[in-house]
Amino acid sequence: MHELLKSFRRGEPMIWFTGSALGICILMIAGLILVILVNGLSFFWPQRLEQVTLEDGSVFLGEVVNREAIPNPGQPDHLKRQRILLRLGNRDLYGFDFKWVDEDQIQKREAPPDVYFVERREYGPLLGTPVAIRQGDKDLAGDPRAVPSMLRELVAKAGRDREAVERIEKDEIGEINQQIEQARLAARKLDLVARHDPGRDLSRERAELQRVTDEQQALFQRKTQELSALLEQAAGSFVSFKAAGGREKELRSLDIYRAYPANQLSWLWRLSVYGSRLWEFFSGDPRESNTEGGIFPAIFGTVMMVLIMSVIVVPFGVLAALYLREYAKQGALVRTVRIAVNNLAGVPSIVFGVFGLGFFVYFVGGGIDRIFFPEALPTPTFGTGGILWASLTLALLTVPVVIVASEEALAAVPRSMREASLAMGATKFQTILRVVLPAAAPGILTGLILAMARGAGEVAPLMLTGVVKLAPELPLDSFFPFFHLDRKFMHLGFHIYDVGFQSPNVEAAKPMVYTTTIFLLIIVVLLNLTAIVVRNRLRRKYQAGAF
Amino acid sequence: MSQEVGTVPDTGLRIKTEVKAREAGAAEIRDADIVIKHVNLSYGENHVLHDITMDIEDRRVSALIGPSGCGKSTLLRCFNRMNDLIDDVRISGTIKVKGLDVNAAATDVIEVRRRVGMVFQKSNPFPKSIYENVVYGLRIAGINDKATLDEACERSLKGAALWDEVKDRLNESGLGLSGGQMQRLCIARAIAVEPEIVLMDEPCSSLDPIATVKIEELIYDLKAKYTIVIVTHNLQQAARVSDRTAFFWLGRLVEYGPTADMFTKPREKLTEDYITGRFG
Repeated sequence: MHELLKSFRRGEPMIWFTGSALGICILMIAGLILVILVNGLSFFWPQRLEQVTLEDGSVFLGEVVNREAIPNPGQPDHLKRQRILLRLGNRDLYGFDFKWVDEDQIQKREAPPDVYFVERREYGPLLGTPVAIRQGDKDLAGDPRAVPSMLRELVAKAGRDREAVERIEKDEIGEINQQIEQARLAARKLDLVARHDPGRDLSRERAELQRVTDEQQALFQRKTQELSALLEQAAGSFVSFKAAGGREKELRSLDIYRAYPANQLSWLWRLSVYGSRLWEFFSGDPRESNTEGGIFPAIFGTVMMVLIMSVIVVPFGVLAALYLREYAKQGALVRTVRIAVNNLAGVPSIVFGVFGLGFFVYFVGGGIDRIFFPEALPTPTFGTGGILWASLTLALLTVPVVIVASEEALAAVPRSMREASLAMGATKFQTILRVVLPAAAPGILTGLILAMARGAGEVAPLMLTGVVKLAPELPLDSFFPFFHLDRKFMHLGFHIYDVGFQSPNVEAAKPMVYTTTIFLLIIVVLLNLTAIVVRNRLRRKYQAGAF
Repeated sequence: MSQEVGTVPDTGLRIKTEVKAREAGAAEIRDADIVIKHVNLSYGENHVLHDITMDIEDRRVSALIGPSGCGKSTLLRCFNRMNDLIDDVRISGTIKVKGLDVNAAATDVIEVRRRVGMVFQKSNPFPKSIYENVVYGLRIAGINDKATLDEACERSLKGAALWDEVKDRLNESGLGLSGGQMQRLCIARAIAVEPEIVLMDEPCSSLDPIATVKIEELIYDLKAKYTIVIVTHNLQQAARVSDRTAFFWLGRLVEYGPTADMFTKPREKLTEDYITGRFG
């Protein structure tokens, strides 16, 4: 008892207490990250396919994705029996793609060697055995044993064909459309000019626009023909698959993205499938209402939005902090402003979203449209959600963080340093610019790091100010003026919400939620690391050897 | 002409002193660089300087001594108007630096501070390289010519007896130097703009004895070119480096005269008590 009291007096229980608080925090965070990592990263690993034959004679083929005890409350067999969840794919054949199977109903469980896992353009994956390949009416394979090797070639060719089609569709025809749209807008502008000034002769401009339009239209016709020729050539071959239960499905080879014999994979092959899926997820556009394909537009949108936000929020936050700390007379008013700024951080983010919608989008954006883009009305250019307005809204949301951090950094610059500069004959402005700001820069960057982390994870205000479910057109491209700040964009945080809760096939999309989260985390970490590296370099530069 | 100027706290000892102290020393001043006439200063209700009148001699070292809170640093900061930075400060009387009325409305404070350099109690280099620290005053004056800056940097560092120690690492941070080196860097920074007067506010108070000796030697060299006013708590230092000494007591100038006289045969009882360590 005496010993216990002594240890209490020495403060040892306090050490255990604080230590365990930290331990619990770390455990919770590590657990969360582990759950995300395990679920997210295992999603791309090619699983074995199992075929089960039930007692009633029905046959199902699929990946086993879950196994659990069957709840039957109040009955003696409650949680005694097991069931498995099969991912069947073949939504177009069965109408559903997941099925629970009671284990005691299973008669036979096997792993047929010749079944394929096929990723395709529509309806989710197809699971089945390839049986025939034809081009037109001609049977290409002849022998069913030749089918697998031919299938591999066809899939590779389909990939190349899709690329060619995409190049024509997106780049070439996209540019033609752009030109035609610009000519249309220019013509509308001429109409507006003519209305104001009826006497003016605009026939030359009109003729020029007509010429451009005709030229582009002709080009468009040519490109469309080229495209349909390519499609005809590429789409001629078909592959037939036999699904479990005997039904057959014929797929256009162009629609097949990836096909592998799931039960014959070597380790290396598995790894390459895993890698190529991961890469596709990172670099590809989404398909099938975001439940398949990649998330690149969302990654790009998130990074770009955070960068635009940073570019806006730092100058504003630092200027405001400078005024508050350096110029304003410290008194009741400044204290009130400071408290108000701190409390701004507690306003729900959706309120910022509503403000952004009302002020930036409708008022500022609408005003810009009326003044600069009257020819496009009633189609809004800036008067609708876009990456610029979303970034501005987030800048507003995060500016208190930057102000508070900058103020603290400014306050930490020693008075003696300012006096030294002033005594040298520097003006207050020179002192701030040359001495105070460089010395405060690391602290200001800390504010930026906090702001970026907050901004990258925010979703609610973005839903009102410019984020959409699907926007394959990036806000940065090769068409003049390159930065399209008026464009709507995709965002990882919103993508998580959309895939997880708005998707038509939630069960299939669930793993993507985790994977998308991983990418969002990686981006936040990378952005922060960049800022931290810059901050540490500044610290070394400005504070080396300070004692 | 005796007047009561103050009372030693706690003792009730009444002090009578000559108010004409300035005239007593003035006879020997050949060439006044700073002329101070009837300066009163108060921070709000707190009257800090009482009717200070003294002249400071050109290219000599003048030491201001006295106990803490006697107003000597405040007076020093009047010469380059550093008191402007403090709210609620009122100054009357005139201070003329080489004929320039420091407190006049038409006087540009920037101009005053260019002509009156200052070295602070705690060395305060900027978080910049040694080179940039030294040329700071030139840069803010808009001089960016590399040759001029290089020349000024070398000259000032040599003038501050720091050149040999740092010439190979001019691009390293000024904060990486030792305490004494940093203080000499601050002196180099102050003399880089070629001021007429250098104010030193207890420049050695945070330095070890060896660094202090170096600074004192430096002060001795600098007085060939600059008028130096130094505030110090170290009476031996005042005796060693200064040509004239002024003793302040509760915001009043008690005695001002050649250092040798002051420390050997002070005219005032108060001065004698202070320099012999009986109080203060």
